[in-house]
Amino acid sequence: MTRARPILMRIAQVIPVVVGVVIISFILTRALPGDPAAYFAGDAADEASIAEVRAKLGLDEPLPIQFLYYVGDLLRGDLGQSLTTGQSVAADLAQRLPASLELTLCALILSCGFAIPLGVLAATRPGSWVDHLCRVLVTAGVSMPTFFTGVVLVYVFYYLAGIAPSPLGRLDFIYLEPERVTGFFLIDSLLAGDFETFFAACRQLILPALTLALFTLAPIARMTRAAMLQSLSSDFIRTARAAGLRRRKVLFGYAFRNAMLPVVTTLGMVFSFTLGANVLVEKVFAWPGIGSYAVEALVASDYAAVQGFVLAMALLFVVLNLVIDLTYTAIDPRIGFGSR
Amino acid sequence: MLSIKDLAVSFRTRRGTVDAVKGISLEVASGETLGIVGESGSGKSVTSYALMRILDAGGTIKAGEVTYGGVDLRRASEREMGDIRGREISMIFQNPRAALNPIRKVGHQIADVLRRHSRATAGDAKAKVVEAMEAVMIRDAEARYHAYPFELSGGMCQRIVCAIALACDPRLLIADEPTTGLDITTQKAVMDLVTSLIRARNMSAIVITHDLGLAAQYCDRIAVMKDGQIVETGRSVDVFTAPTHDYTRRLVDATPREGASIRSLLPAEARTPEPPHKRSTRPLLEVRDLVKTFAGKSGPVHAVKGVSFTVNEGQTVGLVGESGCGKSTTSSMIVRLLDPTSGEIRFAGEDLAKIPLQKFARDPRRAQIQMVFQDATDSLNPRHTARASIEEPLKRLTNGNGAARRARVEELAELTGLPGHLLDRFPHQLSGGQKARVGIARAIAVNPRLLILDEPTAALDVSIQAVVLNLLADLRARLGMSYLFVSHDLHVVRLLCDHVVVMRGGEIVEQGAAADVMGAPSHDYTRSLLEAAPNPPSRKTAA
Amino acid sequence: MSIAETHRRQSTLDHIVYVLRDNPVTLVAFAMFAVLILAAVFGPSLVPYDPLASDATKALQPPSAAHWFGTDNLGRDVFSRVVVATRLDLLISVAAVALSFLVGSALGAAAGYWGGWLDAGLSRILDTIMAFPLFVLAMGIVAALGNTIENIIYATAIINLPFYARLVRAEVNIRRESGFVLAAKISGNSNLRVLALHIFPNALPPMMVQVSLNLGWAILNAAGLSFIGLGVRPPTAEWGIMVAEGANFIVSGEWWLALFPGAALMLAVFTFNLLGDGLRDIVDPRRRT
Repeated sequence: MTRARPILMRIAQVIPVVVGVVIISFILTRALPGDPAAYFAGDAADEASIAEVRAKLGLDEPLPIQFLYYVGDLLRGDLGQSLTTGQSVAADLAQRLPASLELTLCALILSCGFAIPLGVLAATRPGSWVDHLCRVLVTAGVSMPTFFTGVVLVYVFYYLAGIAPSPLGRLDFIYLEPERVTGFFLIDSLLAGDFETFFAACRQLILPALTLALFTLAPIARMTRAAMLQSLSSDFIRTARAAGLRRRKVLFGYAFRNAMLPVVTTLGMVFSFTLGANVLVEKVFAWPGIGSYAVEALVASDYAAVQGFVLAMALLFVVLNLVIDLTYTAIDPRIGFGSR
Repeated sequence: MLSIKDLAVSFRTRRGTVDAVKGISLEVASGETLGIVGESGSGKSVTSYALMRILDAGGTIKAGEVTYGGVDLRRASEREMGDIRGREISMIFQNPRAALNPIRKVGHQIADVLRRHSRATAGDAKAKVVEAMEAVMIRDAEARYHAYPFELSGGMCQRIVCAIALACDPRLLIADEPTTGLDITTQKAVMDLVTSLIRARNMSAIVITHDLGLAAQYCDRIAVMKDGQIVETGRSVDVFTAPTHDYTRRLVDATPREGASIRSLLPAEARTPEPPHKRSTRPLLEVRDLVKTFAGKSGPVHAVKGVSFTVNEGQTVGLVGESGCGKSTTSSMIVRLLDPTSGEIRFAGEDLAKIPLQKFARDPRRAQIQMVFQDATDSLNPRHTARASIEEPLKRLTNGNGAARRARVEELAELTGLPGHLLDRFPHQLSGGQKARVGIARAIAVNPRLLILDEPTAALDVSIQAVVLNLLADLRARLGMSYLFVSHDLHVVRLLCDHVVVMRGGEIVEQGAAADVMGAPSHDYTRSLLEAAPNPPSRKTAA
Repeated sequence: MSIAETHRRQSTLDHIVYVLRDNPVTLVAFAMFAVLILAAVFGPSLVPYDPLASDATKALQPPSAAHWFGTDNLGRDVFSRVVVATRLDLLISVAAVALSFLVGSALGAAAGYWGGWLDAGLSRILDTIMAFPLFVLAMGIVAALGNTIENIIYATAIINLPFYARLVRAEVNIRRESGFVLAAKISGNSNLRVLALHIFPNALPPMMVQVSLNLGWAILNAAGLSFIGLGVRPPTAEWGIMVAEGANFIVSGEWWLALFPGAALMLAVFTFNLLGDGLRDIVDPRRRT
């Protein structure tokens, strides 16, 4: 009962953030110098179609009224029409979102699964080879441009070693897409019982996921190591050791759980980087997610699609952050008692 | 029962190895309480971590033997040590809140120990934990079982730490500065509890402390440590009344106690007669009905609820109370760092409370009220040299040119006993006592009429405290300043102050001449404060 | 006065030498940084070929004595292009970081010191910026403002702004009530002076680490934007574009087109990241012995 309040409070805090996101998104679409109508009509539009777009968007109205129109459109799920695909932007994004999510989540699971144990090991054995490996990976990891890592991986594993499939999309053309249930090929193919497709999808996924994972590895490992070191040098660890608790208990029951708090906080930042890097990785591997959709739209000056993408990403990120904070609330009893 | 022979501990640091403990030998008999006393850096805590084999990373036992009940603790396997810790020997620590896992229920933390040493099973753990909590006088233990450390007071946290340490009936308890960070009255409660438990269970104990008075009061024997070595061991009374080693003698002298004079804190060779300070009956500072209310999250917080007192010219007034009593808030308002909610601060006849904070920085009276801060390290800008720090008020509040300011800084350094060649050092290159001198030199640079001293010696070792207190006594005689001395330590206040104001919960409970308040307190609270302050037996040879 | 002044300058120089000697990594980082600066300043006048001159007869040649890094699909010399690109990439990142450093520290310091509605307002704005995945926001800003180098700089500055503002706000906030700040006030300093001369300089050491990290991010960000076709446009020599163009040839084995600009980019980011600790040690007097 005492836990419910801070959770509700945290959920309520999403509202002003979403309002802010919508305002910035509106500024980016409408309130900039230049003629938005010309933007949205596209490069090929003539005077008449620009005028038509202007009237349709309500651009002849004052800004506050335009904002209301904009919010109204958003509430109806209307992000405008894409010039390149001819479909509504919302439908396009919904169609392509699972591909991006599948890639991002796999990458995060991969990097957390490696970075957190690495950070813990490095912290518990300072000066050992694990510690040095951790330091090298962390420094090199933050210096690697994702798109460059991707290109190098393609060269090594596709061109030189020949063990990776060609970097073109989620599934080699000889396979049929599994029936769409969740949109996640890995899950859908398993649901359909089609293991051949599952492994084919895995093969396509592994390089882009690895690229993204390498990128996110560094901040997570760095934070885990630092938090674990901090936690291990705390007074309460000394109390636990002086009470004779076993090393395992001290390490995982006491030190690790406290160290997870700052790591979970860092995950928010990592998500931000991952969603951005996602765009680049999708371009390198021709991954049909919302990132490459936005890149194609940029090339074609399809602004409605680009802004729809920016807004969608922001809302996705807000939700992810909310999940992170709620996780934090679940681990840390101090939240909601005014101690933060 | 426990015997330490020639124990040596060293630490690997970036600047090479440091010998923290240099071959010490100790014995603790069954049922005996041994005090290890020393100033910071003497290696007293490291000794206890070494015998428990819980040294921090980089620390190693270089030589020596530690035997407990016939077991060689140095050669015992990690597994055997784990069985000994908590069940045979256990520890309680300073700063109790930090000593507990912040995100685990206290009940579970106690249960962890019980279950580790097979004193409880999953089924009966809770009942046993409640029992262990009741053993350390925690009322309503059932409810407290589910509390997190941040929901409990400091004293309550220390009781939980005690419960963890005593849950498995160890034979030897090591208390490492158990009262540091607690209020005086809580200190007394915790120490009384610990000693009564030790006695009731016929345990042995080692009490590690910097406070000789505390050690004398609660320990059978005392070992005095300095720079990693034991300089003297003996029965508590003997160590106090007839110290044999020179260092012990200085330490005993420097410990403030009933009946001591400010000069008697110094080593015998440095005792010159204390210069008298002129006191007049003309009021310099009159505080009238001062109130400060902060807007808190759950309603207003009444920090100061209408206090009135007077500081006469040349007089030293002590403002005494435990943490949270409002003494710091009061002094912040007087020094004009904080606007009062209501009330008057009449300084030399004029009400300063009416002048807004921003304007006061330019007011000519800014120079007349200055302050010495509690923590000398924190109060010096880490990027400024000692010279720059002392020069700062001269630059802002006087019209002298560069040469005049430099001359004045040199003069101030001499006045406060700071060697001139230290003036170009940064704070991190100075010792605690030197930093305190810089802080005092800065405060008196512009010849203030009223100096507010906010626990100026709280972070210092006793021997340095003695020197600083004497410096303050000399300065007031020489410069004729009035002091408002804020402190929680009644012995120190007794030494320096003419008049004492005792505060509790934002109100003044008692005030009067120092001798009267200390000698015959009229309020219960003052009496309990006086009783709680540890009072060592006085040295026969002391003047 | 002048003697004291010279003395101080001398000791600062000594301190820099000390920091460089103390930590070989810092020394290497500063050496690499010097190489980058030299390439940015003198690169265009030193390179053997015109970075824009195409020569169809020499297209896609692997690295050789004549073309150290090979040639690209239009026969341009990759080495010359990589060196010349240094100036543009450094310019974008340094300009962006300088902009966000100045604006961010001013806003953050004010919010951290005075608090109240200023703090609340700034926090709202920063939260909103941080609510976007930052690279995505930069894409949106450049797309909306127009596809120019200045707009890349602005976009990069905006997405870096919250880091400085938050860091400075936190650093100022923890020192606001510290003893030396109160002492400075009692010494007759106005609020502005306390903030600018006493509190802010103490926030510099952690800021320096942030600056070096952000220089790395800024370069990555700018290169990433041009990689997806925003900002810098071909045929301008820029590392991100060159990797993007080279990526098309990687599947057919012409690795040098993408590898060398990519490696240059990596090296630059790596240098900036290593620089951080050294910069912090230099601005931190506590490191002096």
